[in-house]
This record gives sequence, structure tokens and C-alpha cells, in this order.
Amino acid sequence: MIDAGFGRLTDPPASLLLGGVRVLDPSAGTDEVRDVGIVDGRLADPATVPAGAPRIDGHGLIAAPGFCDLHTHLREPGDAAAETVASGAQAAARGGYTTVCAMPNTDPPIDSPDRVRSLLDAGRDAACRVRVIGSVTVGREGMAVADLEAMAAAGASGFSDDGASVPSADTAVQALRALAGLDRPLVEHAEDADLAGGGVMRAGRTASELGLAGWPAEAEVAVVERDLALAAETGARVHLTHLSCAASLEAIRRAKADGVRVTCDVTPHHLAMAETWIAGDRAFSWDEPRRDATLAFDPMCRVNPPLTTREDAAALLAGIVDGTIDAIATDHAPHPAERKLVPFDQAAPGLIGLETALSLGLAAVEAGALPLAALVAALSSRPAAIIGEARGLVVGDVADLVVFDPSARWRVDRPTLASASTNTPLLGMTLPGVVRLTIADGRVTYRA
Amino acid sequence: MTLGAPTRAWTHRHLLDVDTLSREDIERVLDLAEEMREARETRAHRSLLDLETVALAFYEPSTRTRVSFELAAKALGATVVDLAVERSSAGKGESLVDTLRTLRRVGATIVVLRHASSGAPYLAARETDLSIVNGGDGVHAHPTQALLDALTLREALGTLEGRLLAIVGDVAHSRVARSNIHALTKLGARVRVGGPSAWVSGFEDWPGVQVATSLPAALEGADAVMTLRVQSERGAVAGVGSLADYVRDWRLDEERMALASPGAPILHPGPTNEGVELTAALANGQRSRIGRQVEHGVTVRMAVLALVAGVA
Repeated sequence: MIDAGFGRLTDPPASLLLGGVRVLDPSAGTDEVRDVGIVDGRLADPATVPAGAPRIDGHGLIAAPGFCDLHTHLREPGDAAAETVASGAQAAARGGYTTVCAMPNTDPPIDSPDRVRSLLDAGRDAACRVRVIGSVTVGREGMAVADLEAMAAAGASGFSDDGASVPSADTAVQALRALAGLDRPLVEHAEDADLAGGGVMRAGRTASELGLAGWPAEAEVAVVERDLALAAETGARVHLTHLSCAASLEAIRRAKADGVRVTCDVTPHHLAMAETWIAGDRAFSWDEPRRDATLAFDPMCRVNPPLTTREDAAALLAGIVDGTIDAIATDHAPHPAERKLVPFDQAAPGLIGLETALSLGLAAVEAGALPLAALVAALSSRPAAIIGEARGLVVGDVADLVVFDPSARWRVDRPTLASASTNTPLLGMTLPGVVRLTIADGRVTYRA
Repeated sequence: MTLGAPTRAWTHRHLLDVDTLSREDIERVLDLAEEMREARETRAHRSLLDLETVALAFYEPSTRTRVSFELAAKALGATVVDLAVERSSAGKGESLVDTLRTLRRVGATIVVLRHASSGAPYLAARETDLSIVNGGDGVHAHPTQALLDALTLREALGTLEGRLLAIVGDVAHSRVARSNIHALTKLGARVRVGGPSAWVSGFEDWPGVQVATSLPAALEGADAVMTLRVQSERGAVAGVGSLADYVRDWRLDEERMALASPGAPILHPGPTNEGVELTAALANGQRSRIGRQVEHGVTVRMAVLALVAGVA
């Protein structure tokens, strides 16, 4: 077993003993301090761990099911300067993830069974399992629906034209009819391009003050409402990703109550960073704003959907607590420096998130804004269920877990990041939560 | 050399906007600008900036701002280079940051930056070790314009404390209006913005700002009136009907100005559209301070350059 650094899914299965660790297993509803044994990659009775196997002192650490990211941009094929499957998977392992879902808006897009298989193959010896989301439409052009059935047979876990919504209701209906029999979700980036109208930050007081073009909340809500109606109509599953508006959440809450097959996620940055960050605020949304005007217009804060209001961020946190929001997904969006070293309105939208998601969640936990158990469930078992996978810490299962120190702190610096890109406004900040060990599919993929 | 009588030290290496200046900072700029008026005639400070190289990087067209910065820098003895964007690498797609870093390497110490993107000067200040003076960024800020407007108003009204200033026109797309709101409210004035509703939307929540959607409501009791350029080149007439509608409802004339305080001065950041924002008679009449604004443009920029260079 490695002492420190990254492993691969092709490494030999691990055997080790984790002594006295706090085990949080949301699927079993357990939270207890005990020993955890792993023998040949499977969870085992600690007494059966071979005498020579490594022992890790787990005091003060938390063991949880491996995290599953429903929304990751690995940038392969076509943009190796930003990220590769290998570098993105290491960033995932370092963040406690054992599974990531690669988004299909690559160059070329993942819109055929061959491309699905090729990306799955590229992930087989990575530091994290790579699942593939296929394009909904051919060429991700929003026109003709791609061969979803063939891509599903090739292993696609869901379908999305992420970066944009499926533009017309007509196309969305065709896609949902095809998906109804496949039990794969339509993963929708909800944004009406006309209503968004070229806005670069949430419309409102801060946008007015900064003189930046506003992106109204209705741009998201309109598509959410449309897709909920279409999901009800077709019986297919819709997963609404990176929600940013309280009104979207309200609509989903009602639809869930009506039995519509809908799930949703929110990003760590929409929870933690309000739109005031664009004006130089660097306090989390649950704290009092703390503005440093010299940080205003930081292109690292440009993201789509744009950072939300403090009120909406509070509503999104409440949505995790009450279960309306199923998952926290990173929308990990690496960009090389030159795409961010430009004025705010010209910057490529997006920020990296795999290595900071747990830390932002733990910051919310420390502030009393989020219960730890809800955070762990939203990072692990609940997103895994959306792609049809189970996560638990039951003896006999293949070991798939993360061990982290919730109170240790680390500074987000460029050299510390495993991602090939470092685009995040968190650079220079000190955050709680350090991952000590990640085991994916029975193999140690990260240890620190 | 000691200039002015600072009550506290000037600490700003950049001038990005007025919002981070204190009231004392703003008054210091205005006082220093008044000194510069006289000094300019006597050439008393002709070597104040002789160690500085001021580069003018205007990514949008400008006459009065660019020329007044050039004259201000030269009056203080700085070396001045004008980055003619259309004839430089910047015009060939070189990034803003790369262009500015090149200017630094060839010796520039202060850059006056005008850019179509709101916030571009903040990027420049973070990513280079140049001293950055914002010459207008997108629809965000135009701090030297606000400072020269504040000086013009202080000269006309004696003080801004408790005074009511009306800003009329396309406020939503005006960097001049935004910086003026910051400057004038810091100096104790109240600001009322007036215009067709699409042109004043988003300002309802600004502290110290009232919104008026008719000209009489905007002018009622105003101690001074600033009318903004109708910027048809930014598509600004869109959303409010035709130019003729704007002229009918919003053009300032002598009769409408009767609603304001007697003798209330009129300002305009220029260039005016003849007969659109105000009548020619008003523009050239007793109330008009438009010429004075232009004169203050040079002296305020002399003061700003001296302050950011740390020599005043």
C-alpha cells in the first residue's frame, strides 16, 4: 500500500485496519466509533485483518462512504491543457471522491456509443471510477436527439447537453420519451438562453452597482418548470443540476410531493459563495459579508449559473437539510490560466471543485448551517443512488470509502491542488477538512 | 515639496473607483486640484512627476478624458506614452494583462486605463505592479469624471452637504452616474436619478439615492442637475422608444428648469448631443457649467496623478 500520494483502480486490493474511527454511514443511518477492517479490498471483521497489514489510527477521523460527483468536467477529449481523466481523477481522489460522472461537453462531444466506451476505457486505470454522461443531442447541438439507447447500452449513466439546456421543449420531450424505458436521468442544466440574455452575474443590486449585465433568476426557473411538466407528462426521470434559485427549489419540492420523478443537486460554490463575492466579499454566505474592494471583479467568481443571492444560498442549504436537494455536485470546471486572466465578462465561466467540496461543506457544518450527516449523505449515498449505485460501509461490501479529518485545516494553494487547473477564488484561503485516505473499488487511491 | 495640507496620508496606489475613497480623500483631491489650477499657470510643479512614465491605454474612443490626462501628466513633467490600441499589439488580440505587463517592462509606472469591460482596471491592478488610474470601465465607474463633477458642484454651490443633485438620463448604462453617486453621497449630498424606467432600474436599493421616472419629479427642488449623454452608440435608446420621445419627455429647457432651485447649475459629462439632452440655449447659458467641467478635467487629473504617484 502507498504511504502517501495517489493509487489507481488497477492497483492490488488493499488490506488494512482503521482503528477507532468515527463511522458515518448514511444509508444505514449509523454514526459510531469503531474499528474498520479491510481484507483484499472488502470490508471485513477487524479481527480477520492479517497481522502484517497496515494499521491506521482513526482517532479524530471520520470514515464515510466514498463520495460520488454527479457533475465533473474532465475535459477529455479535446482540452488536456485544462484537465485530463488522469489529473481530474486524482483531484477527485484527493477530495474523497471514488466516483465522478464526466460531462459530455468535450471536443468532440460524447454523443455516440464509441465515445462513451472510449471515455470509460480512459478511466479504467485512473485514481477514481469514471462514469459517463452522454450528450442528449447529436453534436450537443440541441437539434436531433442522439442514440440514447445505444449509449446507455455502452454504459452511459445519464444524458445531458450541459453547458446549455435542451433548448426546445419538443426536443426535450423526444429525449424524455427515449429515456423513460432506460431508467437513466436527463441531467438538465436549466437556463433559458433568451432570458439569460448574456448576463454574467445574478441580476440585482450588486450587478447594478458593479455595472455587470444581469442574469435573472427566471432564466433558470423557466426551464425547471418546463422540465418538471415534461417529466410528469412522460414519466421519465429528470435530474436538475447546479440549482441556484430558491424558486427552482420550491417548484421541485411541489413536484416531488406530486410524485414526479425528479432529483436535483446544488454546487458547493452556490451554497458557500454569494454574488457579493464578485464585489470582493470573501465571507461564506452564512457569515456576515466581509468585503475587500481590491478583490472585486475576480474572474474566478464567474460561473454559470452565476453565484446566487445570500437569501437563495440560505434556501439551498435548507433544501439539503430537508432533503429536497438530493446531492451536492461540484460542477468541477477546470480552465487554464489564460481563460481566467481576462476581464470578468470575458472570463470562461466555471471553477474547480473536487478538492474543496468537502471543505466548504464542513465550513457550513462548523457554522451550524448544515448537519454533518446531511452533508455526508449529499456527497455519497444519495448522488450514487441517482446513477443506480449503492454506497455503504457493511462488512462484505467492496471497500469504497473516504477517511477525513474534519477539524484539520489546509490552505488552498496552487501547488497543493492535484487538478491540472487552479481556477478557484478560494486560492489563499484556509479551509477545514483534510482527506487522509480514499479507497475506491477496494484500492487505495489517495493517502495523506 | 509639500502640496496642500493633508489631514491624513493618502494611501491609494490606484484610483479604481470613488467608493473606496473617504470623504477626506475626496476633499483632498478637490483641494489639490484647486492648487493645481494656479500651479499650472505658473508651471510650479513642472517636474513633480519627472520620474514617472504615464501610459494612456484607451481601449475605447475618448477625446476629452485622454487629452486631459495627457495634458495633466505633461504639466507635471511626466513622460507620456499613448498606447494607440488600434495600431498596437492590443489591436492584434494580445491580452490586456500581457499588454500592460509589456508597458511595465518598457518603463511605464502609471497606466490610465479605459476599457469596455466593467472591472478591467481591477484586473490590471491585481495582475501587474503598475499604478492604475481608471479612465472609465464599462458601465461601472469613471472616478476622475466624478471628482471633476464634484469640484464643479462644490465651486458652484459652496458645499455639497445637504444638497440635492438630480442625475437625468440613461443612469443604468452610465459609469459617470455610478461614480457620481458614490462621490456626491460621500460629500453629504442626496442624489436623485431620473429617467425612463428602463434607464433607472436597479437603483431603487442604492443607499442615499431616490428614483424618479418623470422629469418634473426628477427636477423638483434640485440644487443642481446633471444630464447624461444619450449614448445611441451603446444601443441605449432601445427600451425607451425613439430619440424623439426622449427629447419630448426628458430634454432640459429653461421652462422645465424652473422646477429646480433658482439658478440651479447644469452639468453634462460631454460630448453633448446638440438639442437632445438639453437645449442649446441652456448649454450655452448662465446655468451651464459644462465648460468649467472641462477645465477642471485637467486640474483634477493633475491632482490624481500626483496623489497615486505618492508625491503629493
